[in-house]
Amino acid sequence: MTALSGPPSTATPPPQPPQTPAAVQRSSPAYEPALTLQRTIKYESDRVIGFGRQVMSVPGCEQLQNCIQCGTCSGLCPLSIYMDHTPRQVMELVRSDFKKEVLRSTTIWLCASCYACTVECPKQIRITDIMYELKQRAISEGFYPKRFPIPVLAQEFYKMSHRRGRVTENFLATIMFLKTNVLAAVGMWRLGLNLLTRGRFPLKVEGIKRRDELERMMAVVDKLSIDALAGNGNGGNGSHHGTH
Amino acid sequence: MKFSYFPGCSLKGTGRAYEESLLPVLKAVGVEVEELDDWNCCGATAYMAVDEVKACVMASRNLAIAEKAAAHQQLLAPCSACYLVLNKTKHYLHESPAVERVVQKALRQGNLTYSGNVPVRHPLDVLVNDIGLAEVKKRVKRPLKGLKVAPYYGCQIVRPYATFDDQYNPVLMDRLLEAVGCTVVTYPLKTRCCGGSLTGTLPEPGLLCSYILLKEAITRGADVVATVCPLCQFNLDCYRDKMAAKWGDETIPDPADPAARVPIGPRLDIPVVFFTQLIGLAFGLSERELGLQRGFAPLRLPATAAAPAPAAV
Repeated sequence: MTALSGPPSTATPPPQPPQTPAAVQRSSPAYEPALTLQRTIKYESDRVIGFGRQVMSVPGCEQLQNCIQCGTCSGLCPLSIYMDHTPRQVMELVRSDFKKEVLRSTTIWLCASCYACTVECPKQIRITDIMYELKQRAISEGFYPKRFPIPVLAQEFYKMSHRRGRVTENFLATIMFLKTNVLAAVGMWRLGLNLLTRGRFPLKVEGIKRRDELERMMAVVDKLSIDALAGNGNGGNGSHHGTH
Repeated sequence: MKFSYFPGCSLKGTGRAYEESLLPVLKAVGVEVEELDDWNCCGATAYMAVDEVKACVMASRNLAIAEKAAAHQQLLAPCSACYLVLNKTKHYLHESPAVERVVQKALRQGNLTYSGNVPVRHPLDVLVNDIGLAEVKKRVKRPLKGLKVAPYYGCQIVRPYATFDDQYNPVLMDRLLEAVGCTVVTYPLKTRCCGGSLTGTLPEPGLLCSYILLKEAITRGADVVATVCPLCQFNLDCYRDKMAAKWGDETIPDPADPAARVPIGPRLDIPVVFFTQLIGLAFGLSERELGLQRGFAPLRLPATAAAPAPAAV
């Protein structure tokens, strides 16, 4: 092949000229970075001191302080390839008090609770439970994009099961699509029809008989949580954290 | 043997074929079930993301009602999410007395108390460990000879608690399916995540999770995927058109000729059923009785298994 280097040398010049403008064209957007540049290093001043300790005080999240940053969680997680911060990074960001980065990350919402990380963590950190804790904080403190479907689904699920005692999945999904992406709802008509013809799309909304009983139970929780906050008592019982 | 039965929301809706097939199978092996009086949503994963204490109240209300039905103090939870949430609540209340106090106060509103004494069981556990494979085998009228099954357990019945099976390589469903005559193919992804509710909320990553599972089953030469969870079944069964549009051109080794590669698109119609549907078929129940018509891809039995049974339609 190298012996034939003579003839190809005459063949290579023609393709080269068209190559250069194409390359420039392709990379040209990268030369207008003014609006997108962001610093990639975190400043000490970005920290919200005490955030990490707050999270680690919640039952089930204590082991986080022992994280050795091995990355087992990130390697195992079937969804980490879509996350902005991998689970390992989130663990360190929590521990180091980078509250906004954590609560705004897509990571906590992409966690589908498969518990693979929790089972494999060599330091017995319950990563899935920490993700739940972070989801609760992100919702209660308003740290997520309003039309992002996952927290919307979580809250609609909460409301429906709260009010009716049971969840009717197809109605729940419909509400979620109407609140986040109406176009996606339109795109689901075929699935809806397929489910309907197979008797898997109930037209009746399910509910329990003693709805008032459930309501009273939830009222007790609300009252006790508020009392706990006011009395500064055994806070961090997992519900209604002191917002800051 | 009698159990309180906690169906959960999915088994009354999109996953009703699971209930339709589970109940006759249990009846055939002599397990009596009584639906839990006025059961409520277990709380599932979504509720935990909003309020953990209230999620515990939701779950423990069911456990407390089961306690009251004193004659049969075991709770049967066929849905993986319900199974996990009920067990998780028990662990959580045991570990956090502060939360338990709140839950007890809340439950008093319904004249209920929680003692933590109700075992939460999964049908796989009951069928293998209480009834036994020998008893199951005895009831087989039509062995599903030659039917190659990929056993898919999903995540939440083995994680984070390994309550009745191996956490890394669960085998109880393999044994059950073998007992009714199926051939179980090697399926290393048996506990990988199906994407959960992400298939509906963020299709890009969600569908990939489900697609990987189907692709593996097809590549391994399975005729059918057997599941134990209504959400897994829904994800693998109901989004095939979207998967085919996205990845239909991908090629896999041809099971008939390992040297050749074939596009996966036409093979994505592999049926995805509940393990109880296969057991029911082997027990001689008809496809309609077992809710098999509710699947998006029809189950075709190989000639060796489709022995003339008068009940089959």
